[in-house]
This record gives sequence, C-alpha cells and structure tokens, in this order.
Amino acid sequence: MDKAELLNKLKDIISPYAQDKEALEHISEDTDFIGDLKMNSANLVDVVLDIEEEFKIEIDNESMEKMLTVKAALEVISAKI
Amino acid sequence: MTNRVVVTGLGVVAPNGVGLPDFSHALKNGISGIKHDPQLQQLLFSCQIAGKPDITEELLKHYFTELEIRNLNSTGIVYGVIAGMEAWKDAGLSPVNSDEPDWNSGTIFGAGTSGIDKFREAIYKIDDLQIRKIGSTVVAQTMNSGVSALLAGKLGLGNQVTTNSSACATGTESLIMAFDRIRSGAATRMLAGSTSDSGPYIWGGFDAMKVCTYKHNEEPEKGSRPMSATASGFVPGSGAGALVLESLDVALHRGARIYAEVLGGHVNSGGQRGTGTMTAPNSAAVQRCITMSMADAGIQSSEVEVINAHLTATSKDALEIENWVAALGRSGTNFPYINSIKGMTGHCISGSGSIECVAAVLELNEQFIFPNLNCEDLNPDIEALISPSCIPGVCLHTNFEILAKASFGFGDVNACVILKRYHK
Repeated sequence: MDKAELLNKLKDIISPYAQDKEALEHISEDTDFIGDLKMNSANLVDVVLDIEEEFKIEIDNESMEKMLTVKAALEVISAKI
Repeated sequence: MTNRVVVTGLGVVAPNGVGLPDFSHALKNGISGIKHDPQLQQLLFSCQIAGKPDITEELLKHYFTELEIRNLNSTGIVYGVIAGMEAWKDAGLSPVNSDEPDWNSGTIFGAGTSGIDKFREAIYKIDDLQIRKIGSTVVAQTMNSGVSALLAGKLGLGNQVTTNSSACATGTESLIMAFDRIRSGAATRMLAGSTSDSGPYIWGGFDAMKVCTYKHNEEPEKGSRPMSATASGFVPGSGAGALVLESLDVALHRGARIYAEVLGGHVNSGGQRGTGTMTAPNSAAVQRCITMSMADAGIQSSEVEVINAHLTATSKDALEIENWVAALGRSGTNFPYINSIKGMTGHCISGSGSIECVAAVLELNEQFIFPNLNCEDLNPDIEALISPSCIPGVCLHTNFEILAKASFGFGDVNACVILKRYHK
C-alpha cells in the first residue's frame, strides 16, 4: 500500500471524529488531530480502535500515545502492516 | 426575598406519545402505549408487556450528531435528551452560541440508572479480556449524570448541572429541587426532568420481585390497571419528561408563554420506620409530605381540585388513596378528582415523575382531566374511601385552579408538588 492510499484510508477513518470538516479536506502529513481537526481528545482512542480493525493490526499503549498527528499515525501503521 | 416560579417549557418522550402534540392527544383520548414485548417473552419474563417510547431514526438524527449516535446504546440518555431539548425549544429558548455559558441556567435531570445496555456491552468485553476495545463513550453513557451532562453541553448551561436519584420519586423531586433553586435566587432558569432506561436489564429486577403483572400478556392494553379490583402489579415502562422552570420576573420580561405556576412542594422520607420499608411506604411520611407541600404552597386542603396520583396498579393503590384522604381530610364526594396516567403508560420508573408532571401541567394549562384507564371494576377498598365520581373514566373538560402531584419511591421516599393555573 503506498502512502497516498494509506492517507486516504486514514482520512476515512478519521472523518466521523473530525469536527473541522474543512481542515479534513486539506489533510496532510502535518495535520494534528486535536489542533487542526478539532477532534475531541477522548476520540483519539476510538480512532486507534478503528485503525486496528481496518488494518487488522494491534497497537500497543506506547505507540498509541504517539499517534497525535497524521504523520505519527502513518508511521505506526506502516511499521505494523 | 423569594421568587415566584413558573413553567414555560415542556418536553416528553412517553410510551403513549413522543413529543407534546402526540402526548397531549393520547392523554385526552386515553390512548395506551402498552404493547407486547417479544424480547421479554424470549427472555422468559413473567410480565411480557411494557411501555416503550417509539423513537424513529429521523428523530434520533434531529437531536444527536452522527458521532454521538456512533456506539450510542443508552435509551435513558436518548429519551432524556430528546425531552430536554424539546422543552428548551418549547420555552422559546436556544442553545448558547458563544464561548460563555449561561451562568443563570442549569439542569436537575434525574435518572435511576444510565446506559444499562451500554454497561452490559462493556462488562461482556471486559470479562472477555477486551478492555482496550470498549471505546471512549462508556463513561459518558453509564455515569448516572450522563443525561444532565449531555444536555448541559448541548444547551450551554452554566448554573448547577446534576442528576438526582430517588427511585420512582425522582422526577417530581427534580422539579421541586429546581423550583427551590429558582425561588431562592441561586438560578433564574432550570431544566427539570428525569428519564428511565428501557429493556430487560432495567425491568428484570422488578419482574423477579413479582411486582409486575403476569396476567395480561395476551391483552397488553388492559394490563396496567390503577385503582382496579383486578390490579395485579405494575407494567414496566420507560421514557422521560422535562420542564423549563423560570422565575416569574424573567419569564415576564422575555415575554415567555407561561403554562402554570409552581406554588410549592415538599420531599421527605419515612426513614423505613413504622410501616415503611425499602419497598413499602411509611404512611405517616406520605401524609406529612402532602400536608407540608400544601403548607409550603400556602394553600388549604380544600383548595386542591385535582390530584395527579402515583397509583401504580399494585395492591398498594388503596393505601395511597387512604393517605390522600387522611392528608387532605376529605373523602367520599368531597374528595378531589384523581387520576393516574399509568393506565396508559405503565410505570416509567425514574422517568415517571417527570412524564406525570408534564401531564399535570398540560391538564392545568388546557383545563382538562385525563381519563383513568382500566378501572371499570373499581377496587372496593377505594370505593369505601372516595366516591367513584372523583375518578373520571372519560376526559373531563372543566375549570380548575390547583392540582397536586405526588410520586413515591423505593427507599420510602416521597415528593409532592402543588401547581396552579396561571392567569395573565
């Protein structure tokens, strides 16, 4: 799976939780989940669960803590699939 | 100085009507919301009929965001939020649309349990060693104050935001607590209400206690029989009611429609002494609650014209009538009109008090007394105390000024509120 494809999948997963839909449209590696997408911090855990289900992977607590941006999320996913 | 308090908004999610127009129509026409419940039958309940509000997908989407609906599994929160939001809108109010909350508005929105289905879901996952998969919404849906917290967020309430809990007295208690807060000046506007979850996991405990009827599984609408000689236990129900209370000054200042005035009320407990136990009332406390509420309202017992009673359709109905007779010092044909909505809705547990307070306010405002269902065969012990003419079997359209509403609950707790018709 190439990076663009991965980013697209991630965007779909994040979509229901992103409050700022315009920022979601302009999603890039630098996008911050809380700062840019105005995601409720409690939903970060839901994003991780949805990623686990979509990619059939398991993400440990330490990796989870790092997943605050698109870049970090992509790195964690890429390392596991 | 104390403030006069009025009701300016109503919202309701009841088994026999969701939303004010449907509910009001059902009340006046004696329409039952009791139905056969296939899930209860499948789970081998003794009582296989229940009162459950009908919530459409469309209605849910109107009050909850897509994100909120994801993983939502708490009927009590659904009912409470819909009723609360309807009441706020009905009062002509809008959610706060700025960074600063409305410091003068709060909510006391009661519940007996919260998100019991969500809780079950989480427990199964935890026991299956899937704790990390329960998601982020379990706390918000299962904390008892989940309903008041969600309403406060949607409306931007900045005064007291809490959930009270006193079993079947919860809704009438929340109204009295909200009334007290405005009367004393601690708030100018309060959303008072209560809600109850639906389903086997909330009703199971009552079924096991054998306090629900098992004799009417084939004729659901005949099952809930307050004051009847053949009353054989209550029919489990669920739903929510909500009332916007405001100081009279604030209501007049903003030109709000006023439904009724809250004159006074009282809450107490029998302390499970005397005849009182966890499940049976101490009659002295019930009578005291009624007399204290009249004293608080500054009225004489002779002024009470209508009683919107608790009457659940158990063997205790006659005892409730006996307590009203003793507290008011009135009997026979001198007794006020009395009715119980539970013949149409079943017993909506922690939601019942608020649904019934909404019904009571509608009765006062529109000057009708809704009919009692299923008591053609009046309990002879009740007939010995009060005249059958006090127990309307059809809707009466008549003028009256003062209504007393009481609710009683497990734990030997009581709440009684006195409402008055408002004249411009």
